[in-house]
Amino acid sequence: MTRATPKIELADLHVAFGANRVLQGLDLTIAAGESVVIIGGSGSGKSVLLKCILGLLEPSRGRIRIDGEDVTRLSGAERQTVMRKFGMLFQGAALFDSLPVWENVAFGLIQGDKMARPNARRIALEKLAQVGLGADVAELGPAELSGGMKKRVGLARAIARQPEIIFFDEPTTGLDPIMGDVIDRLIVKCRTELGATTLSITHDMASARRIADRIAMLYQGRIVWDGPVATIDRSGNPYVDQFINGRAEGPIQMAVSAA
Amino acid sequence: MKLLVLIGRTVLHGFETVGSLSVFSGQALAHGVRPPIYLRLIGMQMLEIGFYSLPVVGLTAIFTGMVLALQTFNAAARFNAESTIATVVVLSMTRELGPVLAGLMTAGRVGAAIAAEIGTMRVTEQIDALTTLSTSPFKYLVMPRVIAGVTMLPFLVLVADIIGVMGGYLVSIHKLGFNPAAYLKNTFDYLETMDVVSGLVKAAVFGFLITLMGCYQGYHSRGGAQGVGAAATNAVVSASILILAANYLITEFFFAR
Ligand SMILES: Nc1ncnc2c1ncn2[C@@H]1O[C@H](COP(=O)(O)OP(=O)(O)OP(=O)(O)O)[C@@H](O)[C@H]1O
Ligand SMILES: [Mg+2]
Repeated sequence: MTRATPKIELADLHVAFGANRVLQGLDLTIAAGESVVIIGGSGSGKSVLLKCILGLLEPSRGRIRIDGEDVTRLSGAERQTVMRKFGMLFQGAALFDSLPVWENVAFGLIQGDKMARPNARRIALEKLAQVGLGADVAELGPAELSGGMKKRVGLARAIARQPEIIFFDEPTTGLDPIMGDVIDRLIVKCRTELGATTLSITHDMASARRIADRIAMLYQGRIVWDGPVATIDRSGNPYVDQFINGRAEGPIQMAVSAA
Repeated sequence: MKLLVLIGRTVLHGFETVGSLSVFSGQALAHGVRPPIYLRLIGMQMLEIGFYSLPVVGLTAIFTGMVLALQTFNAAARFNAESTIATVVVLSMTRELGPVLAGLMTAGRVGAAIAAEIGTMRVTEQIDALTTLSTSPFKYLVMPRVIAGVTMLPFLVLVADIIGVMGGYLVSIHKLGFNPAAYLKNTFDYLETMDVVSGLVKAAVFGFLITLMGCYQGYHSRGGAQGVGAAATNAVVSASILILAANYLITEFFFAR
């Protein structure tokens, strides 16, 4: 049987911080051009998973393949080449606070791709407009922005280089519902118009339904369910059912003491 | 038994730190020689480390030179060797006090600032973001600071030497009543090139140590504001101790024969 090489292939991924075993044998395959949303409880390791794929955290066990190439353990220079394929929106935006907003967005273009500054600035302003931020914001420092604005600048930075693979860590958290929808559409556009493969994390099920082809649920370090977005309501999986309906009772026990 | 475990753990931890510090400096150096070189960032760091440290280094130097003249006068008077003041001041400043005091003062000023800045970037994931934008944190953050440290510390020390000698001169002439021409003659007659050069070599090494420790501690900081604070403290303490140790080794290299 022949099939296209998956864009991202994770096999038996293990990550631990001391005794805290966060990922425990995670498998996930994402095809080129697909949009996958990962859901899962707070602290279940979703952000860790993204950082692991990006090589920012080293797994203790397992394999990561990008376009069929094993990228689990790469040296600095090789890593930089692979990074060209990625765009990442960090959960906390992670803007460079020594640089104005537009330079944050243009950073990858100027430093990574060696683009001339005026060109990079033009693209940065374009991307900022796409996330609903005007030219007046471009000259501000990140410290002068609201939380939602930072998030949107981070998003503009993630898509500025038109990467093949884009990770969005909670892109709509902290945004109003209208702006949330705008951002969802932008993420969908990245896939439909640029052909990017996207992997997003969200707690907002409405948003997940809008941007996902496929939804994967992370629980106790593994993907416990994975299927097309249309089937999520009849997954037959008790974890998924409990999660998407937001019930406190069910197989997922939150570590809170009942008063 | 407990004691043995404690000793063992401390020794292991020590080796671990030395190991990771070596890897860190190795990477910093490997990145330093490969393009791209960020000239603009190097320039900014030179300004920050060199130019803005001038007041603190200058003040340290002038008071040290003044005190040195007073103390030497007081001590030398006991065996009628007052004429050696100029020589003692200039040799102490160029060989030892200029580099060591400038080094320690910049370690406090610059080392802590570097560790805090890079540490904050670490805990707010800005360093991770750099990597995802195909930019090596070693090239972008570490190298400009280390280069600026290695080049600017000699400059600072040269300034400290001159100001320190001037401080000694002021006290000797105006307070102790020396003859200006004779004092200057004594200053330069016994000064050898090696005295100044050894001091500048020390300065370059200290500049490397200060910036390296600042970057290393910041880069490896973890756990929010508290971690960043600890990184800044560690950067200053470790750089200061390394400066004093390196000072001895370099002095031995230049003068112990
Ligand atoms: N750098 C780190 N050092 C130590 N532990 C960490 C680190 N990063 C994450 N963890 C731990 O890993 C676990 C998963 O964290 P992660 O940030 O992936 O959660 P998450 O699923 O993204 O949660 P949320 O939805 O709240 O963002 C947590 O228990 C956290 O304590
Ligand atoms: Mg997270």
